[in-house]
Amino acid sequence: MKKLINQVDNVVDEMLEGMVAAYPQYVKRLEGLEVLVRAGGSQGKVALVSGGGSGHEPAHGGFVGKGMLDGAVAGAVFTSPTPDQVFEAIKAANGGKGVLLVIKNYTGDVMNFEMAADMAADEGIEVAQVVVADDVAVENSTWTTGRRGIAGTIFVHKLAGACAEAGGDLAEVKRIAEKVIANVRSMGMAVDACTVPAAGKPSFDLADDEIEIGIGIHGEPGVNREKIGTVNDISDKLLDKILAEGIYNSGDEVAVLVNGMGGTPLMELMIANKHVHDVLAGKGIKIAKTIVGNYMTSLDMEGFSITLLKVDDELKKLLNAPADTPAFVQV
Amino acid sequence: MSSKAYDCLKRIGDVIIENKDFLTDLDREIGDADHGVNMARGFEAVIGKVPEDQEDIGAAFKTCGMTLLSTVGGASGPLYGTAYMDSGKVLAGKTSIEKEDVSAVFDAAIAGIQKRGKAERGEKTMLDSIMPARDAYNEAIAAGEDMIPALEKACEAAREGIEFTKTIHATKGRASYLGDRSIGHQDPGATSITLTLETITNFLKEVK
Repeated sequence: MKKLINQVDNVVDEMLEGMVAAYPQYVKRLEGLEVLVRAGGSQGKVALVSGGGSGHEPAHGGFVGKGMLDGAVAGAVFTSPTPDQVFEAIKAANGGKGVLLVIKNYTGDVMNFEMAADMAADEGIEVAQVVVADDVAVENSTWTTGRRGIAGTIFVHKLAGACAEAGGDLAEVKRIAEKVIANVRSMGMAVDACTVPAAGKPSFDLADDEIEIGIGIHGEPGVNREKIGTVNDISDKLLDKILAEGIYNSGDEVAVLVNGMGGTPLMELMIANKHVHDVLAGKGIKIAKTIVGNYMTSLDMEGFSITLLKVDDELKKLLNAPADTPAFVQV
Repeated sequence: MSSKAYDCLKRIGDVIIENKDFLTDLDREIGDADHGVNMARGFEAVIGKVPEDQEDIGAAFKTCGMTLLSTVGGASGPLYGTAYMDSGKVLAGKTSIEKEDVSAVFDAAIAGIQKRGKAERGEKTMLDSIMPARDAYNEAIAAGEDMIPALEKACEAAREGIEFTKTIHATKGRASYLGDRSIGHQDPGATSITLTLETITNFLKEVK
């Protein structure tokens, strides 16, 4: 394993210190905890708290700031944070108007955040939660834990965050988050696996000409392994599955996120994005906004995901509202 | 001299730490390659947190559960944390273990795991080892066997449970995303709970 780290056990701690050193105007760290909150403290509005395992940088601490999150909890690499840490984040972010937890749909995340929500409720803090499950690679059936939450989570942070910033109450912010969740779908793939520092070896092995379709963001294997094709072919496979949901139709307007998994050159993401635009134009689907880059990564994994969010006037306004965070700035 | 409660938890911790890479490798096959790493981190903390002279087994298990809850993360943290905390409740005030206590601990741990994980037997989880283990234990006790032989039957059933997890596909946890590709692989959680049960059995065998 070749990694730019000092000690395996310190990667999350040192990463958070580095974040605070880079963005003191945006974030501060709760002492002794793996929690970043807004530098200015609680904001007297509905607070958004998210988080998950580390290794998805800039998620989630990179989205703490005006118009997105108020608190982000960082677990060990690819491991949900513990309830006590989430609880501290809730307390620190709470501005007296209640807290919305944005949880990605993983067994561990849901359990730990729910336990934290119970602890907060016991202290009289109003807490609501939404669970993001945007990954169409996974069939939503009684036979699985349900779809995973992946890059579509960024749109939940953005739009629900904008709603909270505009003064929406907890029920309203939750309604927006759920509306985004209902209209957002993603799918990803990997050219190469990632290596968790503590594990020291790649999370799966691919031959030189193989790719993994339908990967999650934790180095878990995908749903299908196949020979590599062109990026247009690969993008078609991801888009076909997303479009088969029947949510995005001719005349609709969507936001597009072409998300890098951490080890993918921006050049390749742009090539994929060009094709996404061509395909959507061919289907008469308008694009309200495009975001390309590393937003929900999987350490050094080489690959990308495509996310579509259908927007109406209400969601479009929130999509275009200002945001000012370390990893997402929009004036 | 350290208490039996501490010694038992220390022994479980040692076994989990020894098997860190093994458990992580199993998890790499069908999960996210962190089960051993997370459990080992948790038990390193447990060994430092449980007072060496804690005679009250219930209190020691409760501290163990709370420590796992705040150090392990993932799904294993809440699941094992709850299992130990709820077991601690039924062991509160006890300084030795009788055969009825073992039954009560099985029930409490299983109920705790099911409450958190909302899972049933047959979903390729730790329940596929611990539930048959409980049944085998209770059957042996009902047939008039003593605690240690009954526990040995429970361990055997837990190991068979691991084998059973190889034959089914997962419907809970991250392995469920693999569909049929999870078949052929044993469940890491079923494995770690079996190691735990075997360690407790060996420990009780020595101290009884």
